[in-house]
Amino acid sequence: MAYDSFSVLRSSAVPLPIENVDTDQIIPARFLKATERKGFGDNLFRDWRYDKNDQPKADFVLNNPTYQGKILVGGKNFGSGSSREHAAWAIYDYGFRCVVSSFFADIFRGNAINVGILPVQVSPEFLHQIFEAIEKDPKAELEVNLQEQRISIVSTGASESFDINGYKKHNLLNGFDDIDYLQAMKDEIVSFASNR
Amino acid sequence: MSNTPNTLFDKVWDSHVVRKIEDGPDVFFIDRHFIHEVTSPVAFLGLETRGIGVLFPEKTFATADHNTPTINQHLPVEDPLSANQLLQLEKNTAKYGISHWGLGNPKNGIVHVVGPENGITLPGMTIVCGDSHTSTHGAFGAIAFGIGTSEVEMVLSSQCIMQPKPKKMIINVNGTLGKGVTPKDVALYIISKLSTSGATGYFVEYAGDVFRNMSMEGRMTVCNLSIEMGARGGMIAPDQTTFDYIEGRELAPKGADWDKQLAYWKTLKTDEGAVFDQVINFNAADIEPMITYGTNPGMGMGISKHIPKATDVEGGVATYEKSLDYMGFAEDDAMIGKKVDYVFIGSCTNGRIEDFRAFASIVKGRKKADHVTAWVVPGSHIVEKQIKDEGIFDILTEAGFELRQPGCSACLAMNDDKIPAGKYAVSTSNRNFEGRQGPGSRTLLASPLVAAAAAVTGVVTDPREFL
Repeated sequence: MAYDSFSVLRSSAVPLPIENVDTDQIIPARFLKATERKGFGDNLFRDWRYDKNDQPKADFVLNNPTYQGKILVGGKNFGSGSSREHAAWAIYDYGFRCVVSSFFADIFRGNAINVGILPVQVSPEFLHQIFEAIEKDPKAELEVNLQEQRISIVSTGASESFDINGYKKHNLLNGFDDIDYLQAMKDEIVSFASNR
Repeated sequence: MSNTPNTLFDKVWDSHVVRKIEDGPDVFFIDRHFIHEVTSPVAFLGLETRGIGVLFPEKTFATADHNTPTINQHLPVEDPLSANQLLQLEKNTAKYGISHWGLGNPKNGIVHVVGPENGITLPGMTIVCGDSHTSTHGAFGAIAFGIGTSEVEMVLSSQCIMQPKPKKMIINVNGTLGKGVTPKDVALYIISKLSTSGATGYFVEYAGDVFRNMSMEGRMTVCNLSIEMGARGGMIAPDQTTFDYIEGRELAPKGADWDKQLAYWKTLKTDEGAVFDQVINFNAADIEPMITYGTNPGMGMGISKHIPKATDVEGGVATYEKSLDYMGFAEDDAMIGKKVDYVFIGSCTNGRIEDFRAFASIVKGRKKADHVTAWVVPGSHIVEKQIKDEGIFDILTEAGFELRQPGCSACLAMNDDKIPAGKYAVSTSNRNFEGRQGPGSRTLLASPLVAAAAAVTGVVTDPREFL
C-alpha cells in the first residue's frame, strides 16, 4: 500500500483561481534534485510563494492563514506541462488529498491518482460556485465522496457528480496501487512478451 | 486481420494490450523504456522497498541529460545534489544490468535525441520515459509518451503500464510552407490555434503534404511539441524518409531482421476511411515564422503580428493579464524590435543537426550582437561531432559563438544554464512557463532561424530578412 486510502473527505479548501497552472509552477525544476520522495511540500509553488530572498509573498494564497484545508481548487487546465510526478508529491506532501478543477492535464491526472490524490473534475459553472462560496466564507467546506462520486458545497448544498473509472476508484478506496496489480499478472506479461 | 479500416494509432495500440480491464485502463506493454537521472531514482527506491526486480533490463536505456553541466563535463560535477543523482543512475543501472550512457560516454546526450540517432526508436513500437517530451519518438510511427515516476517503477518491474486508451485526433496540414517557415513554426502555429489544452485526452496523428515532405528531424520537432497542446503524444506514419533515416544506425535491425521488420513497418499507416474522434485541417500558406509572447506555448503568433488583446483570446482575462505582466509586455505590442538578452539553441525540440544547420545559415558571415549571451548546446555528442565535421563549428566560432557540451541545459535550467530574472531569451526549446529557464526568466519560444536572427541583431527580427 503506497498511500492512505480515500473515502469521504470533508474540508475547507484553498482557492487558486488561475488557469493553466503548469507543473513548473507547482514545483520548479531546480527542486527536482532529490533522490528520495521527501520534503517536496516545502517547495510547493515555490516561486509564487516566496520572493527571491526566500521570504513568503503575503499575497499568495498559501501564505494567507485564512485559507486552509486538504482540498486545492484550481482554474482550468490544472497540471499542464512537465510529467514530473514531483508535482503530485509536492501537493500530497503539503497536505492536500484532493484537487478540484474544471479540466486537468492528462499526465498530472494520472500521477495524482497514482500517489493517492483524487483529481475531481467539475463543470466550469460548479467551479465558479465553489470559488464564490470560498470568497464568501473562507471556511466554507466541500465534501468529496468517492464511493458516491459526488462533490458538494456543504453550506449551499449544491453538488455535482464526477467521473472516475471503476478500477481506479477501487484502488483509491482501498489504498491499492497499479504495481500490486501488475505484479500479480507477471506470468501473463512474460507470455505476452515471448509471443511478440 | 479484420477488414474494418483502422488508424495507425489503433494498429499500434491494440497490438500492445496485454489485458483489458473492464471499466478501467488497458494493461499496456512497453517495447522501449528510456530513463534519466531526475525521474528514475525514486522508482528504483520503490523496487527496493517492495523487494522486486527489473523484468526486462534489456528493454530499458539510460542517459544522463536533465541535470548535467554543459561545460567541463570531464570534471566532477560541482553541485553535490546533481552529482548524487548521476551517481544513483550509474549505480541503479549497474545493479540491474541496464545500458547506461552517462556523462562522457560517446553516446550520451538528450534522451529524445540519442534514442532515434542510435536506432533504438523504431516504427510500431510503444515507447515511454519519465519525461513529457517522449512524444518526440512518435515521428517514427511509434506510440510514445511521457509518464510519471510511479509508472517508471511499473515499467521497470513489469514492462507494462496501466493506460486508458486516448481518443484520436488527426491534424492535416496541406500545401507548401513559405520561406523561413520551419517545423517548429508549424507546431507553434498549431498550438496557438488549439491552445495548451486543445488536444488533452487525445493522441494525434499528423498527416498531409507538409509532414510527408518533412525530414525526420523536422518530424521529431513537431511530435515533440504534441504535449504542449495537451496531447499525450503525436505520431506520423513511417515512410521511405523514416526507413532511410533508420537504416544502418548502430542498434537498428540488420540483414534478414531488417527485411522482416521493414515489411511490417510498411503496414503502419491509417487505412482509407478510418474514423477519428476529431479532424483538424490547416493550410501551410497561413503559417509564418512564429514567436511566443506569453507564459504558455499556446500564446504564440506570427512574428510580424501584434500581441492580441485579452478580450480577443479564449480564457480568463486575469490569467492573460498576469501572463503579459510577467513578460513585461502590453496588449497590441509588436514583437519585432523587442530587445533580446539571451539566445538558446538546443533541447530535445531543436537540438539536432538540421537545427544547427539552419542557425548557421543565418549567422554565417555575421557577428553575434555584443549584448547577447548565446548558448549553443548540441542534443548529443553525435550532433556535436556532426557540427564539427560539417564546418558549422567554424561558422559559429567566426561569428562569436561558443559551442557547449550536450544536455537539456537552459530548456529547464536544472543545471547552471539559467536565464537571470527579468531577462529576455529567444529560445528554441519547448516551454515559456514562468521561471522555466530560471527564476524570473522571460522566454520567447521560436525556431532556430528566429533565434539566429535575434542573436545577430540583438532584437526580435523576422528571419526572412536574411534569407
